[in-house]
Amino acid sequence: MKDLLDRVVQVLGDKLVDSTISLGELSIEVTPDKIVAACESLSSHDDLAFTQLTDLCGVDYSAYGAEKPGFHWRKPRYAVVYHLLSVKHNQRIRVKSFINGDMPKIDSVVGIWAGADWFEREAFDLFGIIFDGHPDLRRILTDYGFIGHPFRKDFPISGHVEMRYDPEQKRVIYQPVSIEPRILVPRVIREDGFGG
Amino acid sequence: MAEIRNYTMNFGPQHPAAHGVLRLVLEMDGEIIERADPHIGLLHRGTEKLAETKPYNQSIGYMDRLDYVSMMCSEHAYVRAVESLLGIEAPERAQYIRTMFDEITRILNHLLWIGAHALDVGAMTMFLYAFREREDLMDAYEAVSGARLHATYYRVGGVMLDLPDSMPQYQPSKWHNEKDTKRMNENREGDLLDFLEDFTNRFPGYVDDYETLLTDNRIWKQRLVDIGVVSPERAIELGFTGPMLRGSGIEWDLRRKQPYAAYDNMDFQIPVGVNGDSYDRYLVRMAEMRQSNEIIRQCIDWLRVNHGPVKVDNHKVTAPSRTDMKENMESMIHHFKLFTEGYCAPRGEVYSAVEAPKGEFGVYMISDGANKPYRVKLRAPGFAHLAALDEMSRGHMLADVVAIIGTQDIVFGEIDR
Repeated sequence: MKDLLDRVVQVLGDKLVDSTISLGELSIEVTPDKIVAACESLSSHDDLAFTQLTDLCGVDYSAYGAEKPGFHWRKPRYAVVYHLLSVKHNQRIRVKSFINGDMPKIDSVVGIWAGADWFEREAFDLFGIIFDGHPDLRRILTDYGFIGHPFRKDFPISGHVEMRYDPEQKRVIYQPVSIEPRILVPRVIREDGFGG
Repeated sequence: MAEIRNYTMNFGPQHPAAHGVLRLVLEMDGEIIERADPHIGLLHRGTEKLAETKPYNQSIGYMDRLDYVSMMCSEHAYVRAVESLLGIEAPERAQYIRTMFDEITRILNHLLWIGAHALDVGAMTMFLYAFREREDLMDAYEAVSGARLHATYYRVGGVMLDLPDSMPQYQPSKWHNEKDTKRMNENREGDLLDFLEDFTNRFPGYVDDYETLLTDNRIWKQRLVDIGVVSPERAIELGFTGPMLRGSGIEWDLRRKQPYAAYDNMDFQIPVGVNGDSYDRYLVRMAEMRQSNEIIRQCIDWLRVNHGPVKVDNHKVTAPSRTDMKENMESMIHHFKLFTEGYCAPRGEVYSAVEAPKGEFGVYMISDGANKPYRVKLRAPGFAHLAALDEMSRGHMLADVVAIIGTQDIVFGEIDR
């Protein structure tokens, strides 16, 4: 793991912002404006050869650690997380890039890994992250005509609208949700070593 | 002269060959596919978001419902992710039980796949045969967990219960008399392992039967050979995993390359294809069923002689025994705490992947130190495969799209999540 990190540091140089090795996995952080260049070198450099994009997803950090008194999330609100796999060297790496704003924007990596296409559409659909240069950035999982980005932390779990058939108008209509949101188990953060 | 134009055709979502709720918008030039645009999300339930609102243990059951034909493999990835966040490891016996049930699941999945795939292409008999064998394996599921499909058998820190000492037996009814029942109960006299051993003895013969029906079948070959060819480099680029990648000739199997559970100690081979077409992927999956059968056999042998705990002894994570709970105040508190609040996982993030029957199923989990995950991302193999449907079906005929959907082994529970 350590020598993988050394190789990554060597290849990426100043594109690398931060790196951690934890639970046997290597994560690195890259600034959003250099993501394409960084991914390009990760995938094409012979010593790394991360030729497969296993997974790409968005994360909304706005409620991170909110239950812990005095804790404050300092980095930008959104992150795009890339999980890469090198079939040649049998190694994995996690690349993160933090972005901000109501319409967070990052460059698309479809040109590097063709498999990124749907993963980026999914992150756009669920988090509203815009991937610059994506050939066909449409919603993918939510309904046709859906409003909002459901996996953002400020989107309620029961949604905003519900759908039903209206016998009078003889068509399907949308109306505000009638479900009362309820929390069965509250979210808590216990200090280390709680309860022995 | 008449003007010839491409036309757009809608396929699904209610089509038997769409394997669930796939809506395909096909742009066609006569009968040739120019472009295929899959519309997915009709089964989207927001599993990832739901998992964020529940304590860790309560989401295990959702994992079964992702890929609803390879239930325990998805559970495996989830519990392994939580276990590595917590820094615990399941006892050895639990690891072998998990390995055995992963392989049972693989056979279950491949049987459904071969049945449905052959049915799509026009061979009805396979479907009936495949379901006959699935019945035995689902009985094994039922014996350990009480449920035939959605088992929730794997738990954080092990498995729910040890293997049962006896198998449930058929009772005489107005459909089956004494004699019938006696015959049906023949392999159910012993415990679960005896029942499974009997299955592993019979199963290679069944696979031979399937191969007799299909492998050299002229119609089957005409429908599959050279359909949906993917080159090895392209397969990696597109994010293919599992049999889809191995069918293109890349020897990549997480069970061997990044072993988990008890796969380190298992002796098995990784079948790979040569041409990367649908027929090769068929051959790979058939060979995989035989290998899974061998792994189950090895697990049975190990489990017969090695006994021990199947859950970790840390009652912050696993429930204390019922008797203990009623006699011991501390166990009572542990039980109450576990089922009301759950446990807090230390802050961190983890990606855990298993070789599910369809490919690499991964769980990326972020914890902020609370009793619920902060973010769960489920990496479904079928998602990457279906994304490549457009590329794989271009230039093929309409009927070949059905064969390609079949060969990709699509299940919408995991794609839509």
